Amino acid sequence: MRILTGNDLKTGAVTWWTGSDWSLHVEDAVDVTGNEDEIARVEEAERRVNVPYAIDAEMHQGHPRPAHIKDRIRALGPTVRQDLTLKPADPEIRNWVI
Amino acid sequence: MYQYDQYDQQMVDARVEEFRDQARRRLEGTLTEDQFKPLRLMNGLYLQLHAYMLRVAVPYGTLSSMQMHALADIADKYDRGYGHFTTRQNIQYNWIKLEDAADILADLAKVEMHAIQTSGNCIRNISSDHFAGAAADEVTDPRPYAELLRQWSSFHPEFSYLPRKFKIAVIASDTDRAAMRLHDIGIQIVEKDGTLGAAFYVGGGMGRTPMIAPCINEFVPLDQLVSYAEACLRVYNRHGRRDNKYKARIKILVHEMGAEEYTRQVEEEFAHMLKRGIEPPFAELERIRTYFEDPLFEEGASADIDRSDPDFALWVDRNTVAHKADGYVSAVISLKPVGGIPGDATAEQMHLMADLAKDYSFDELRVMHTQNIVLPHVRKADLHALWTALDEAELGAPNLDTVEDIIACPGLDYCSLANARSIPVAQQISERFAKNGKTEALGQLKLKISGCINACGHHHAGHIGILGVDRKGVENYQLLLGGSEAEDVSLAKITGPGFDEAGIVDAVETAADVYLRERQDGERFLDTYRRIGMTPFKEALYG
Ligand code: HEM
Ligand code: SF4
Repeated sequence: MRILTGNDLKTGAVTWWTGSDWSLHVEDAVDVTGNEDEIARVEEAERRVNVPYAIDAEMHQGHPRPAHIKDRIRALGPTVRQDLTLKPADPEIRNWVI
Repeated sequence: MYQYDQYDQQMVDARVEEFRDQARRRLEGTLTEDQFKPLRLMNGLYLQLHAYMLRVAVPYGTLSSMQMHALADIADKYDRGYGHFTTRQNIQYNWIKLEDAADILADLAKVEMHAIQTSGNCIRNISSDHFAGAAADEVTDPRPYAELLRQWSSFHPEFSYLPRKFKIAVIASDTDRAAMRLHDIGIQIVEKDGTLGAAFYVGGGMGRTPMIAPCINEFVPLDQLVSYAEACLRVYNRHGRRDNKYKARIKILVHEMGAEEYTRQVEEEFAHMLKRGIEPPFAELERIRTYFEDPLFEEGASADIDRSDPDFALWVDRNTVAHKADGYVSAVISLKPVGGIPGDATAEQMHLMADLAKDYSFDELRVMHTQNIVLPHVRKADLHALWTALDEAELGAPNLDTVEDIIACPGLDYCSLANARSIPVAQQISERFAKNGKTEALGQLKLKISGCINACGHHHAGHIGILGVDRKGVENYQLLLGGSEAEDVSLAKITGPGFDEAGIVDAVETAADVYLRERQDGERFLDTYRRIGMTPFKEALYG
């Protein structure tokens, strides 16, 4: 599957396209195969996202998981500062990222 | 320390307001990202893996206490309570919001700082010896010359769109603590028959094609320094390749043209520059120099150090270096606690370092390219009090230049160009050696890690270097041996096939063990490698 990501224009935060809005959580991302360019164009023009682009992902325990480690680190936060990630208390998260 | 004159301050203030307007227009949508990107980059604002990232220039690595406090305040107020000191003696913040960027630049301007020319194809922040003005072995303080070049290169219209980025380092001792010959231009201030001059080394660099800069002129009179630098840049600006980003650095030009022909053209241009008379009046250099005069060192300061506490004695041995004034040393604050993130400091640590600089080092701090901080002028009599305060704040690691004092770039944890993570590898290596107790026996061992071929972590110049690569989507690490960025400069060579994350930590220990087995009296790791060559290391690693 293909999922769409970008950064929030104001805060720079990594965001994911949910089908109707942008979420901080990659779990909310939806498959955009075939529509990525059109959604990206509209959303960027409306300044709801900055520099959006589509990446490959696979379903994993019911949620999309980016295919490449770079996108997984991007989705969660630095592996060396779990306190700053979106899931600071999850002991299993390392296995999801790496 | 240098202090802005009214021109410096006006330029920086005007730039903040200009950027405030640009950011506003971007947020309102009258500028597209394509239009805005070059404008934000000119002000050090990148878009990185997790957010905007701001790179702040620290000219020649020198900071006052007040500036360090301001950097800490920015970390607290606008970021997540920490900053990252870099191999170019700058600081980066990783979690910046575009909405805040102009306010941050305004806060920086209040303490005579900015982020101008920290990105883009221009002359970047000029780096220098972190012990400048304190080192026992310097012929003069190199910073007035670095400052002169900073003024010359700031907003230089002809050099705003060079073929590629341009990095200059200035030193003034035979010991090279600034990787001078791995810069686009390395300048060494030298003394000949009682007169100071500048030796120019041009065309060094790291990145995907590492090169050591050849010397193109051994002695440029100091009242022609700017003219000579201008000539070097002009020849590059004219002939440097703009068709291929990977061949655009001056090192490729000097290499392809040949150092001799490049030098010939520089000398020709130089003769022309001298006729044009672009050199600033000598009075300006004198004015700058007055800002770098020695602080009032205490006459007859005691040379005694009470070494009865062994932890303190170890720190003194490892982390302090000789000073030109009797009774003083330069003290290195390690930002490399065992298992820590190289170069990161919290806001509280920055405030503490600033306070300690005020109490013990005439208000001055330096950023080292090895991602540590220096208090340049500390009385020996104050060392114990200083160390006690540092140790309590986890800043007292006694590991300067040891295998635990690792340079690591941000790598895949923060950098969008990365192939692999650098920081976790550094953490595991420092933990491994802290545990196996070999650090002391290994002595000086410079280990440097980059997360991709751009070489921000100087892996080519490590006694041991590590380069992160992407092998079919999986992180992989190449091991390199035999590099040096010091006066015995050399480029490291790859040992062979790469390793996975656990494997690279073992491989470093294996290489260290070969050294411990093979070394002769007084040899450092690098010396042994140079004597015995790659083969014994390869046998141990792959045999
Ligand atoms: C995270 C944002 C960063 C980006 C996007 C970035 C990008 C780059 C690129 C593209 C190059 C290669 C340039 C070339 O060869 O033409 C480079 C080189 C370099 N960067 Fe970075 N870098 C980043 C962070 C850093 C940091 C944190 C440091 C210091 C720790 C650093 C210091 C250097 C140094 C020393 C070099 C090699 C010297 C040379 O220019 O040859 N950079 N960087
Ligand atoms: S070496 Fe590569 S991974 Fe490391 S900071 Fe530089 S560009 Fe990023």
